Parts: sequence; structure tokens; C-alpha cells
Amino acid sequence: MILAWMICILLTAGLFCWLFAQWNPVIAKWIALLSVTINFVLMGQLCMEHYSTLSNPDPWFINYQVPWIPSFGISFHIAMDGLSAVLVLLSFFLGILAVLCSWNEINKRTGFYYFNLLWTLAGITGVFIAMDLFLFYFFWEVMLVPMYFLIGIWGDSNRSYASYKFFIFTQTGGLLMLLAILALYFIHGHQSGTYSFDYFSLLGTNLETTAARGIMWGFLIAFIIKLPVVPFHSWLPDAHSEAPTAGSLILAGLLLKTGAYGIIRFVLGLFPEAAADIAWWMMLLGVIGIIYGAFLAYAQTDLKRLIAYTSVSHMGFVLLGIFAFNQMAMQGVVMQMLAHGISTGALFAMAGMLKERLHTRDIGQMGGLWTVMPSMGGAAMLFTMASLGLPVLGNFIAEFLILIGAFPAAPAITIIATLGLVFSALYSLRLMQKVFLGPVTIAEPVKDASARELIIMAALGISIIALGLYPQPVIDMVRTVVERAVNSS
Amino acid sequence: MTELQFTALLPYTMLAAASMIVILLIAFRASHTVIQVVGFILMCAVITALLKVRELLPVSILPLFEIDGFALLFTGLIIFSVLFIGLFSYIYFEEREENPKEYYILLFLATLGAAILTISRHFISLFIGLEILSVSLYGLIAYLRNRNNAVEAGMKYLMLAALSSSFLLFGMALIYMDTGSMEFAGIAQKTINAPTSSVLFMLGIGIIIVAVGFKLALVPFHLWAADVYQGAPVPVTAFIATVSKIGVFAVLIRFSLAINLHRYPLVITVFSIIAIVSMVFGNLLALRQQNIKRLLAYSSISHFGYLLVAFLPGNTAGVEAGIFYLLSYSITLLTAFGIITLLSTASKDAEDLSVYRGLFWKNPLLAGLLTIALFSLAGIPLTAGFLAKFFVLTTGVQQQMWLPVAVLVLTSVIGLYYYLRIITTLFTDSGSIQTKDKSLHPFFYVATYASLIVLVILLCWLGVFPGMVVETVRQLL
Repeated sequence: MILAWMICILLTAGLFCWLFAQWNPVIAKWIALLSVTINFVLMGQLCMEHYSTLSNPDPWFINYQVPWIPSFGISFHIAMDGLSAVLVLLSFFLGILAVLCSWNEINKRTGFYYFNLLWTLAGITGVFIAMDLFLFYFFWEVMLVPMYFLIGIWGDSNRSYASYKFFIFTQTGGLLMLLAILALYFIHGHQSGTYSFDYFSLLGTNLETTAARGIMWGFLIAFIIKLPVVPFHSWLPDAHSEAPTAGSLILAGLLLKTGAYGIIRFVLGLFPEAAADIAWWMMLLGVIGIIYGAFLAYAQTDLKRLIAYTSVSHMGFVLLGIFAFNQMAMQGVVMQMLAHGISTGALFAMAGMLKERLHTRDIGQMGGLWTVMPSMGGAAMLFTMASLGLPVLGNFIAEFLILIGAFPAAPAITIIATLGLVFSALYSLRLMQKVFLGPVTIAEPVKDASARELIIMAALGISIIALGLYPQPVIDMVRTVVERAVNSS
Repeated sequence: MTELQFTALLPYTMLAAASMIVILLIAFRASHTVIQVVGFILMCAVITALLKVRELLPVSILPLFEIDGFALLFTGLIIFSVLFIGLFSYIYFEEREENPKEYYILLFLATLGAAILTISRHFISLFIGLEILSVSLYGLIAYLRNRNNAVEAGMKYLMLAALSSSFLLFGMALIYMDTGSMEFAGIAQKTINAPTSSVLFMLGIGIIIVAVGFKLALVPFHLWAADVYQGAPVPVTAFIATVSKIGVFAVLIRFSLAINLHRYPLVITVFSIIAIVSMVFGNLLALRQQNIKRLLAYSSISHFGYLLVAFLPGNTAGVEAGIFYLLSYSITLLTAFGIITLLSTASKDAEDLSVYRGLFWKNPLLAGLLTIALFSLAGIPLTAGFLAKFFVLTTGVQQQMWLPVAVLVLTSVIGLYYYLRIITTLFTDSGSIQTKDKSLHPFFYVATYASLIVLVILLCWLGVFPGMVVETVRQLL
């Protein structure tokens, strides 16, 4: 029930933002901040409670179900286990920062902006906790539409192209997934006699090999477009670079994670054998993503595009780890989802702050910014180091675990993937050097980070270091989920 | 005729009486406002009568009519649409036409024709209903006779509708020749026992399919659609897009279920091909349209392609999905056309996409409603359009018709592009909306806005809680 309330809080707060902004836009900001913070606190409490009762054998510590469209076997079924819990916590954490990021950036149509921001967050939260496949698809789309508006209205110069591309790519995947869901629904219905979209009842479906393979691809395509995996990644740089700062932060930090979450929860859960069959190919695609993303990132001159391509590279690790079918790699995947969300989110926030001051995203026009903005430079240093996988920071743990786990499964591929770390050092250092080091190129004075921006950076920085030094709580939280996902195949 | 039959026929006789009452009112020089109000009350009375009749079902009036739950659903849908079209007509015609009163005679007559189609179980009643509908439409489409493209549209529709009617007659004649019956039940009896289907019969069916294809504007019989949609007055366009197609689709379902058309693999193949090309071409042709009325014409072609996917299995699940689809489609299109009506000026309809530029920042309410309607057409969750598409997909997947289903999915993605294009236009900066001077009494604007809001609330309600409607449809079928 509390989960339903969290979604409700976001949805109603979104409506209030829109309504009250007519009188005073400042109210909208505070409503948005307050609602996400309340959710974050609630979720934090839930996580603490769950953490103290980890010995409980049932991993689903919240399970809430009411019928919705009973004649089709559709119910409003939401549940939470360790994996959902950490991801929802991450969503609200980044949600708070997204609101803070847009505090001064968004000056026009403030109410409608926060409406879209909160509804996207609500959709993402729903995706992480929906246990009814129809409901899952429903939330999958609900997070899409407001995101489309965020990019299309408050984005940069090429925004309408980027927003179309984003919407159409995701929708194509989504509709294929809908077909797959329906096919699974009918096969399960024929077998058991009860027609239901419920995840837990569908888990027991016996599928023939060909049927399982076809249906799995329906799901998988939706998720690998979202993740994104290399041949389907072309929406990502456009969407990320054109979106407003908070939009990029949510896209990189959360939306990409819904793809990874979907693969772990649905593809591995529902079609373990079919997934095991294609594991090698998927790992190969993951490695291609790692190397290709890194190369493209190195070649970019646009700051936000550069960061966007690093996401392609990092998500390659996620794919590699998932299909290694190994506990350690899977733990690494969860760590990578969190660490990448935080570090890339931070880089996008930084890019937004730079753009606010310099009015450009072109790296060629930046240089020597450390001397004018020392605290910003320090923060940027921390997060680029996180992105290249320096020990002590969260990303290191994640990539290390993934590589160790993947090695027994596919040694050759893993060796190539390790090269990705070298390339990530290349693009990260280039980013640092071009933007913050070297001769000063700008003439007019710029302000260093304000208190609000320092808070954002400090929050992100502390969490990434905490993840790097003491990742054990996260590992404990998701242990049962990971064991189940790995053992089922 | 027994009393029971007479009572069951009451909604239809009332509908026929409605146009007579309007004629009388005109003779007594009643004003446009009075006619409008009386018309509204009459339509509400018809709905009440439908609810009353519901308890008597099913009643057959041999040999022409069959009034059952199925007919009631479709008639209800038709009257529901006409209720809103009538409302939108007032502000549209009041400021454009010096004598808008005769319009209502034709409107109610056309409605009567469509309603008769839903209850017909005989070729004669089918043909009479269709002709009442078409002949009234000729007049309706060309009603604003000072506009060039209105007359052009009227002529075009006249030609093609007459052509399709003659096709229909010829097809009926062939079937009659083969089976010796004009009743659907009689035809069924004759053909069920026949070991192989005769050439004459199949030819007849094929020709009837052509005629129906014209009326529903399915590819390749769609050539009139865009011009007629563009040329006709906005409320009439809404009428063609909803009421006339609902009527024809109803009789198509009744006919095919009665004679079990789905036994013939050839017919199913033909319908699949028509559905597929309608989805593909409807969506492709809409891609580059700058005129919103033409765009909606092409979009409705593709929507009837989607609808045919629900028709293909020929089972009750398909019919249920089809009815739900028609309901959500009608509500959505009525919303869209209502908004176009409100934005139209006396000299020009709001059909060019540039009119909608930046509408959201000028008139957030209208633009918001239009956005929801477009999302519903595109099939995005939280709107009825999504669930409608979902139900259609469900029936398709259940019968494992993978090709039409796959085409449906892929073409909806194409469709998404042009709906998004309009939505993006609505949200673009710097528009110059001509604010139209509101010459009419504000009450009518309030009424129109209120009805639009009601429609959109229905749209969202159906999109989130379809359970009640689905149950009602199941009970009636």
C-alpha cells in the first residue's frame, strides 16, 4: 500500500505544481522538492527495515494486489524486493537532485515542467515495482510521455528531432514487448486455464523452445533499445544532449536502468533457458558496446554527447555482467547500475552548470576552467575518476565484480572488455584536460559553484565514495534476488 | 405488428419523428436556438427509449428488422455521437450560414439511416438504411454551398456513393440469384448445406465487400476520403468519420456473423489484405499532411484497418474488441473535431497545422484536450485508445494472426510520428493564434467546452477503468 501511496504522492504533487505555478512558479519548485524528499525518506525507512530483516526467506517484503480489469486477469499488483528497493531509492535520490538542478535553469512554464518531471519519476517508480505485466507496460509508457515533453519543450536547439527519435525508438520496442506479453498471456492461459498477467503466475509457464525464443526477443528488444545496446543506441546521444539538465540526469541515471532491470527481472526470470542460449552473443554485444561507446566518446567535441557515449560504454558492462550468469557478475551489475546512475548523473549536472555559465557545450571553447572555478573543478575530477573506474569509488567495485564474474564464462570476451577500462581512462582524461586544465580561454568572469550546486555535488560525491568504500549493504540487499536470477538458468 | 414489436421499434420511430418535428418547427419559424434545444432533447429521449427497450430484448420484426443487444449497442453509440455532433453544429453553423435550420433535418435523417443499418437483417432494410444515410450525406457535405471545395466534396461523395450503392445492389442480386433469399438467415440456411460455395455467391460477396470498402473508406477504395473530409463542414466530417462508419460496420458484422462469412478462407484472405494495406497506406499518406482534416481522414483509414483486425477472427471476443474500439475511436474523434470547430473562424476552418502553433501557451485547456485526444489516437496508455488497441491486439494474438498483428504494431509506430508532429506544433513557441471574436451567447461556448471536457474525462476513464463498459458490452451481446 505504501508503494501505491508513493506513486500517488508524485502524481498529485505533479498536478499541484501545474496548478499553483499559475500564481507563483516558486511554489511549484517547493512542492516538487517536498514530494520527492518525502518519498525518499519513506523509501529510506523501508530499506532500513528490510535491511534489518534480511534473514527472512521471502524476498518480497512488500506485496500489494487489487484487481483492476478482472475480466482480462489484470490486477494492480506491486511488490518490492531488494533489487526494486535499491533502484527505487536511487530514483528518489536522483529525483531530488533533478529538482535542484532545474531550480534556476527552468524559467518558463515552470509548473508544467515540474509536472512532467514528477510524472516521469512516478512512471519509473512504477516500472521498478510493477509485478503485473500489463501494469508494467502501462508504467513503461507513462514514463515515456512526460520525458518526451521534457526533451521537446525545454530542450536545446535540436530538441524536436531528439524527442521524436527518443519516443519512436522506445515505442517500437514497447509495442513489440506488448505483443510478447500477449503471446505469453495466451500460452499460459491455454496451459493453466486461468488467464492472468501476473508475473508470479506467468513464471510457471512451460514454453516450447521456439515459442520461448520468440517471446523472449519481444521483451529483449524493448530492453536493449532502452539500455541501449550498440545497434540500437542511436537515440541516446541525441536525447541526452538535447534534454535539459534534469532530463539528461534522469535519462542517464534512471531510464537506462529500467532496461537493465527489465532484463534481470523479466528476460532472465521468465525465459531462463532461452536467455542462456544467447548468452554468448549478448556478451559479445556488450563488449562491442564497451569498446565502441568508448571510441565514440573519445571523438566527441560536444560535452553532453561525450558523456552520453560513456553511458553506452558503461551499459555494455551491464549487459556483459547479466549474461555471464554468475553471482559475482550479477552483483557487479547492480552496483554498476547504482554507481553509473550517480557518476553519470553528476557529470550531466556538471555539464548543465557549465552550460548555464558559458552558454555552450562545445569542449573546444572551454579550457582552464579550474583556475576560475576551483570547487567545480574538484568535483569534476572526482566524477571523471569515478567514470574511469578508479578504486575507492563505486564504479571500480562494479566493473571489477563484473569482470571477475564474466571471466570464467567467456575469457576472450572479458579480456577485450578489460581494454575498455583503458579507453575509459583516455576519454575521461581528455574531458578533464580540455575543460578544466590547459590555458584559460574565456574572457568574461564566471562564478564558481553556488551553495545549491555544491550541495548537489556533495550529495553525489559522498554517495559514490560510500558505494566504493562500503558496498556491503547493497550486496546484502540484492543477494537473494541475484541468487534466484542466476540459479534459475 | 404486435405491441411488443412496436415498443421495441420506438427509438427508431422517434428518430424518424425527430426530422418531422424539425420540419414543423421550421414551418412555425422557430429560431435556430429552439431547434437546437429541441433536437438535443429529442436525442436524449431516444437514449431513454433505448434504455427502456433494453429490457424487452431480443425482438425480431420479420422479415426486416432484428432488435437485439448488438443493435442496441451500436444504435446507442450512434445516438451518443450525434448528441455531441449536434452540439458542435450550433456554434459552427450559427456564424456561417443564414439558414442553418434545414441542416438538422438532414442530420437526423442520416442518423436514422445509420440506425436502421444496425437493426437490419434483410437486404432490403440494409439498402434502404444505407440510402437514407447516403442521400442525406450528399446534402450535408455540400451544405455550405458558397464554398468551392464543399461543392466539390459533395459531388465526389455523390459519385462514389452512388457507384458503391450500385455495386451493393448488384452483389445482392447475385446472392439472391444463387440462394433465393434476401434474409441473412435464409442465405445462411442455403449456404450452410451447400458442399461447395458457388461462384455466383462468392462473386456477390466480393462485390458487396467492394461496396462496404467504399463506405468505410478502406484502401484501395479510400480515394474520396481526404477530399470529402476536407470539404465538408467540420461537424459533418465528424459525422462521416463516426456515425456513418459505425452503421456500416455494424451491418457488416451482423451480415458476416449471420452467414458465417469466416468459413471462407478466401474472404478472410481478402479482408486481411484490405486491413493490412489500409493500415500501411493510411499511416503513410498521413505522414506529410499539413491539413489536419485530411490528416484525420488518413488516420481514420488506418484506424479502420486496425478495426478489421478485430473483425478477422469472427468470434465474440473480436466483436467486443471492435465495439470497444469504435467507442473509444468515436469519443476521440468527436473531441478532435469539437476542438477544430471551436477554433474555426467564420471564413475558414481551422484545418491548417499552422493555426495550432503554440496553442498550448494561448489556450492550454483546448490544447491539453487535443493532446489527450491525439495520444488516444496514437494508443498511449491512460487513454481509451490504448486499451482499444490492446483489446484488438489481444484478439489477433489469440487467433495467432501474426502478420496483421505485426503490421498493426509497426504501423502504429509510423502513426505515432504524425500525431507527435501535431502535439509538437501545439507546444512550439511563438504562435500567432487569431483569437476569434466571440459573437455568440457565451452559454453555447460554455456548453461546447463542457461537452469536450466530458468527452475527455470519458476517454481517460475508459482508459483506466474499462471494466464496467466491457461488462455491459458482454451482457448485451
